[in-house]
Amino acid sequence: MKYEAVIGLEVHVQIKTRSKMFTRVETGFGREPNTLTDPVVLALPGTLPVMNKAALDAIIKAGLMLGCEIAPICKWDRKNYFYPDSPKNYQISQYDQPICIGGSVEIELPGSARNIMGEHKKIPLTRIHLEEDVGKLNHVGFESLVDYNRAGTPLMEIVSEPALQSAEEAFAYLTSLKQTLIYGSISDCDMEKGQLRCDANISIRPVGQQSLGTKVELKNLNSISFVRDGIEHEIKRQISMVESGGKIVQETRDYDGQKGQSQSLRTKEMAHDYRYFPDPDLMPVKVDAEWKARIQAECPELPFEKQRRFQETYQLPYTLTSVLVPDRGLSEFFEAAAKASGKPQAVANWIVNDLLRELAQAKIGLEESKVKPAHVAELVKLIEAGTLISNTAKDVFIDVFQTGDAPATIVERKGLKAETNEGELEQWCRDAIAGNPKSLADFKAGKDSAINGFKGTVMKAAKGKANPKSVDETLRRLLATM
Amino acid sequence: MSNELFFKTATELASLLEAKKVSSTELMQAVVARTKAVDPKIKAFNSYDEADALAQARAADERRARGTSLGVLDGIPVGMKDVIAVNGQPLTASSKMLANFVSPYDSTVTVKLKQAGAIPWGRLNLDEFAMGSSTENSAFHTTSNPYDLDRVAGGSSGGSAASVAAGETIVSLGSDTGGSIRQPAALCNVVGLKPTYGLVSRYGLIAFASSLDQIGPFARSVPDAAALLQAIVGQDPKDSTSVQTDVPNYVAELEKRKGPWRLGIPKEYFSDGLDPEVGAAVQAAIDFYRKQGCEIKEVSLPHTEYGVGVYYIIATAECSSNLARYDGIRYGHRAEGAKDIVDLYFKSRAEGFGPETKRRVILGTYVLSSGYYDAYYLRAQKVRTLIRQDFLNAYRDVDAILTPTSPTPAFKKGEKAANPLAMYLSDIYTIGVNLAGLPGMSIPCGFSKTGLPIGLQIIGQPFKEAEMLAIARAYERAHDWSARHPQL
Repeated sequence: MKYEAVIGLEVHVQIKTRSKMFTRVETGFGREPNTLTDPVVLALPGTLPVMNKAALDAIIKAGLMLGCEIAPICKWDRKNYFYPDSPKNYQISQYDQPICIGGSVEIELPGSARNIMGEHKKIPLTRIHLEEDVGKLNHVGFESLVDYNRAGTPLMEIVSEPALQSAEEAFAYLTSLKQTLIYGSISDCDMEKGQLRCDANISIRPVGQQSLGTKVELKNLNSISFVRDGIEHEIKRQISMVESGGKIVQETRDYDGQKGQSQSLRTKEMAHDYRYFPDPDLMPVKVDAEWKARIQAECPELPFEKQRRFQETYQLPYTLTSVLVPDRGLSEFFEAAAKASGKPQAVANWIVNDLLRELAQAKIGLEESKVKPAHVAELVKLIEAGTLISNTAKDVFIDVFQTGDAPATIVERKGLKAETNEGELEQWCRDAIAGNPKSLADFKAGKDSAINGFKGTVMKAAKGKANPKSVDETLRRLLATM
Repeated sequence: MSNELFFKTATELASLLEAKKVSSTELMQAVVARTKAVDPKIKAFNSYDEADALAQARAADERRARGTSLGVLDGIPVGMKDVIAVNGQPLTASSKMLANFVSPYDSTVTVKLKQAGAIPWGRLNLDEFAMGSSTENSAFHTTSNPYDLDRVAGGSSGGSAASVAAGETIVSLGSDTGGSIRQPAALCNVVGLKPTYGLVSRYGLIAFASSLDQIGPFARSVPDAAALLQAIVGQDPKDSTSVQTDVPNYVAELEKRKGPWRLGIPKEYFSDGLDPEVGAAVQAAIDFYRKQGCEIKEVSLPHTEYGVGVYYIIATAECSSNLARYDGIRYGHRAEGAKDIVDLYFKSRAEGFGPETKRRVILGTYVLSSGYYDAYYLRAQKVRTLIRQDFLNAYRDVDAILTPTSPTPAFKKGEKAANPLAMYLSDIYTIGVNLAGLPGMSIPCGFSKTGLPIGLQIIGQPFKEAEMLAIARAYERAHDWSARHPQL
């Protein structure tokens, strides 16, 4: 029998805000343990939460970018459970009224080759809600230590419908979701820093069956490749379980990415009763049309929309757009240079081939680069005008990268300007023809490539500064009269 | 007017201090001496810091000498219920769980008191986590009623009420979730006021039931209560349930508002369980208002009978979650010898909480449990809305409502301790006010034949504390119950 997988992802993303979800203390990563705390974070007796509006703005932005319906009221609930990483022993979350409802994430599956665009799909979302992160337990020998630096960091949970069919799709989903959230400056989505964490609900069913199989929740998929490997592993585990006559039990399993294994954490019978109820410390917040419109105005174009636009408006090939678009900064760099030069394809080539190579070699990011869009535009225009020949242009680009000087300044400084004195050029051409009667004879006999013999001589006389196009034109004009 | 400094009102003291006839230091010394003399009998305090209080009194005197006095409360001691955080002072909630906890921060009301120059004075006893009506649930001791030491001072703010009645402080703060300010005020012959929900910040008040809790003043006169209320009200950025509202000058308004008022008497509040002496005293107060030209109208609050039931679902549900933080992990009591984390939770909480607290946490956990939520919590919230609507309907015809505060005068220690339900019913007239989020206050309105104080409850309209206080003041001007101090 053939089986298909049904996968839903629950993705927790830390929202990039200066202060925590319900108090003014700073957020951060890698700091001395328990320094990013205050009486509210530590749940000291008598403390109260107050909502961080910037976090609500950010989740509304995420919702609008992903096409969600935004609820008119932001309501808070308490999720009650005891665990030492949760200072209040309840988490402030949203239960029955998430702030974002529905929406979807557009994904691209791998194409048949690297330069061919793959299939696009829209993965529907169930909801996105806002909550607060918990602290971190560190186990040292027989002791467990708690660090509350992370506790109270704004966190959104993005829940997909069970609409993904493979580990590959899950991978594409996360990739796209990450890009979108980074585009919106909602999160940096750095999985190593725990800014994006993923749990997967996985079931299998015989191909053709409508009803869903028993689902298993897989936790601790802590890197994007663990997500792919973990899901792959779980699908195989379930298929072999069923094929060997076993039964899938509804449970939560912990995936160990290092070992490539999972083990059961708890079964359905052991599931928590979270005793959700509306948090009486927080008033519901009304989100009106004006608020939504203000956030809508801040929403950037989505990555895939931008890619389609680059292909159509600038006639860029898929391969170039698939390099330029995933990085919002790079795509904006390109667009600025394209507009300034009017030569989008040339600009795109310089960015994808030369700029990225130099950045990689220097091990720096685009924001640290001395090369600005205007530089690339200027360089392309100089080549177009015949002022600079492409071989020389490569050197000029590297100079820009190192010095940040404008290309024209560098051309001037290094004396690289292509020769344009027509009288001098004509004289060099006449001398070259006169000095090479054999090539002249060959050319006149119809051998067009014989002209290259003259060109070499002219270039030598011009010390490489002659514009090849002008050399070619002048030679042909003179030869035609002989 | 009493000749003893510690029995003077804050209003009287303010003019004495202003005229430099007395210093804050002298006042504080008198209060400290009085506390040392009588508190072994009353046990209103869990602890106090004499040196700190005297240092603050000296600072107040210095301000006055420099002409930079902070106002009427500058240098006046304010007793603090031991659920209100004062930086550097114990914050125990009268619980073994927090017996050694010292607050590292100030509550918003503490900040406001300090800004007014008032001296947070001592930590006043209560029923553990404010759960109870007699302070018998305190893990430390039971506070005695100053008018009869064998009887309770009421609760949960029993220490706040008894300390004011016994001259161990001039005024005090308590908190009221179902009557915890008004009931002990009635039992101890003092004025106690629960503000409209949202008028006073709850930041730094140990939460019992978040949607019901409010901090409020205890005093020996209505103007004192008004002055202390004035100092603590206002929207607080640290409490999102606090409300932006125009705050009048309560003290000034007392003299401006003279009535006559339309006063409602809810028929449901004068039923079987009401002690005849209490009933008579309250009736006499109603007659007084009538003679003053007030229109007395019978009103109906038809959902009154559900009040106690609704209260014990909502309050326990919220407390089961609010008290989850007391787990022995970050602070508070931690049990020895736990095998694992779950064992640590069980042992720490089993040892740290008293029986009434456990009873309510268990009840609250139950009503929120999956499968029971709709039947209990959700339904209780709906009935709560009806109870509030009852009051708002009544307020179409009347300006305020008069009722007894407590069905009986102070009861004997131990009398109701073994019967939680009987104890719960002692809050029957006060609970509705919290459920409806209304302001309410208790003022002295007489004594029983055996010399036990009786309180009149005045229930006001939302955020109309000024009107409620003026109604109370009209009665107080013509009666001198407050002048009858306990013989200790």
